[in-house]
Amino acid sequence: MSTVPRFWRHIPQRYNLVGTHCEKCDEYYYPPRTICPNCRRNAKMEDHKFDGEGTVVTFTTIYNATDDFKRQTPYNLAIIELLEGPRLTGQVICSPEVIEIGMRVKPVFRILWKEGERGIIYYGTKFVPTEGWV
Amino acid sequence: MRSVSIIGAGCTKFGERWDDSLRDLVVETGIMALEDANVSGDEIDGLYVGNMSGGRFVEQEHIGALISDCAGLSRLHVPSTRVEAACASGGIALRQSVLAVASGYSDVVIAAGVEKMTDVTGGVAADALAAAADREWECFFGATFPALYAMIARLHMHRYGTTREELAEVAVKNHHNGSMNPISQYQMEITVDKVLRSPLVADPLRVLDCSPITDGAAAVVLAPTDLAHKYSDAPINILAAAQASDTLALHDRRDITTLDATVSAARKAFGMARLEPEDIDLAEVHDAFTIGEIVAIEDLGFVEKGEGGRAAGEGITAIGGKIPINTSGGLKACGHPVGATGIKQAYEMVLQLRGEAGKRQVQGAEVGLAHNVGGCGGTALVHIMSR
Ligand SMILES: [Zn+2]
Repeated sequence: MSTVPRFWRHIPQRYNLVGTHCEKCDEYYYPPRTICPNCRRNAKMEDHKFDGEGTVVTFTTIYNATDDFKRQTPYNLAIIELLEGPRLTGQVICSPEVIEIGMRVKPVFRILWKEGERGIIYYGTKFVPTEGWV
Repeated sequence: MRSVSIIGAGCTKFGERWDDSLRDLVVETGIMALEDANVSGDEIDGLYVGNMSGGRFVEQEHIGALISDCAGLSRLHVPSTRVEAACASGGIALRQSVLAVASGYSDVVIAAGVEKMTDVTGGVAADALAAAADREWECFFGATFPALYAMIARLHMHRYGTTREELAEVAVKNHHNGSMNPISQYQMEITVDKVLRSPLVADPLRVLDCSPITDGAAAVVLAPTDLAHKYSDAPINILAAAQASDTLALHDRRDITTLDATVSAARKAFGMARLEPEDIDLAEVHDAFTIGEIVAIEDLGFVEKGEGGRAAGEGITAIGGKIPINTSGGLKACGHPVGATGIKQAYEMVLQLRGEAGKRQVQGAEVGLAHNVGGCGGTALVHIMSR
């Protein structure tokens, strides 16, 4: 069980895909980074809201999950490359038979998981195939 | 810097040790290592222990003091330090011990590793292991530890044509090796067919692609090479102890099918030892999942990138092959008590380089390499040893 602040401090990033952009080297980061690994002390970071469209780089379908995610199995998990370049890990809602490397996906706002029966409900971004892929 | 040697080694039987606590395992392996090293205790001036998650697995932290106490060293007030890098905790304990002796700060140092994993249910164990990944940006979205390696496997198959059967061949080989190792958790041989029919965990990985939940402990005793013969007739010299790190999350890696931390640690280690991959007679590599061994032998330079899949099926990595890999049975068959694994790899090297590995002995083994990974590549260690 976690306390609520542990979750709410990440709400802008997880609800709205807010990451960062280094003006110095023009690299985009999601999840957001405070320090640019390219420029380190010379970085000039600003917030950037990603629109969230991207491509599946690799994926798996999970049959054996941790207790918090057990009721969702089987579910697809993928590494997704956003149009601006950064990669993130997220669920892709579609049949395990349909998901493939190179698939175009877009974000949707969903319940991610619940802590037990009466615990916190965690929301955030999942992904679905764009029209034309299913 | 002084040269460092291993003067003694011990390892418990790996497996589901229902009757034994973390403390029992530490005592068992400590006695073995100290007897093997022929040291009484007074000489010991340092202790490092690798332990990933005593807090989650047995609700015990402060493992450093605990193991020095259990080993009967409390009245000597020996400095005892617990180190953690997920599944590479043991490898880190070994390297810290090497640094302590090499620097001249200490003379006789114990490097130990322990994990007691079966006191919690499978779900709790899975969640504790998932903490090796990025809790906020991987696990939060439903990632499990096998799922991350499954995504490495999927891309490796897509890019290099690695097949599902080739993954299974790694497990078959390592179970064969494990069947010849008395401390191995699994003593039975398996077939490709059996792997392919085991339940899916995270597609394409199945139960028999995954290392098990294991209880176990291991320890090695180090001394300056100049003093080693005082204790041992057959000291094993540590030619290199290298460590590297990378992004915590898999999605941030330069290349998802390469563990750059392994590449970096290997480059440093071969440089220190002034050796090439061709000079290595055998290696223990981090096969927490079958794909892990395939990627490891590529990243360590034993085969070309993308060629790792064929190695097990073609006998290249078998005992008697070009480069025997995981003669102990690896994490897959020998078992993976996470904090102990890096030390168990060194223990296997000691046996092989002394010529004491019994039925699984690599003939004429002179130089061995041990490769230990934390998480899915956030940390990697490479140690090179010779007789
Ligand atoms: Zn920058």
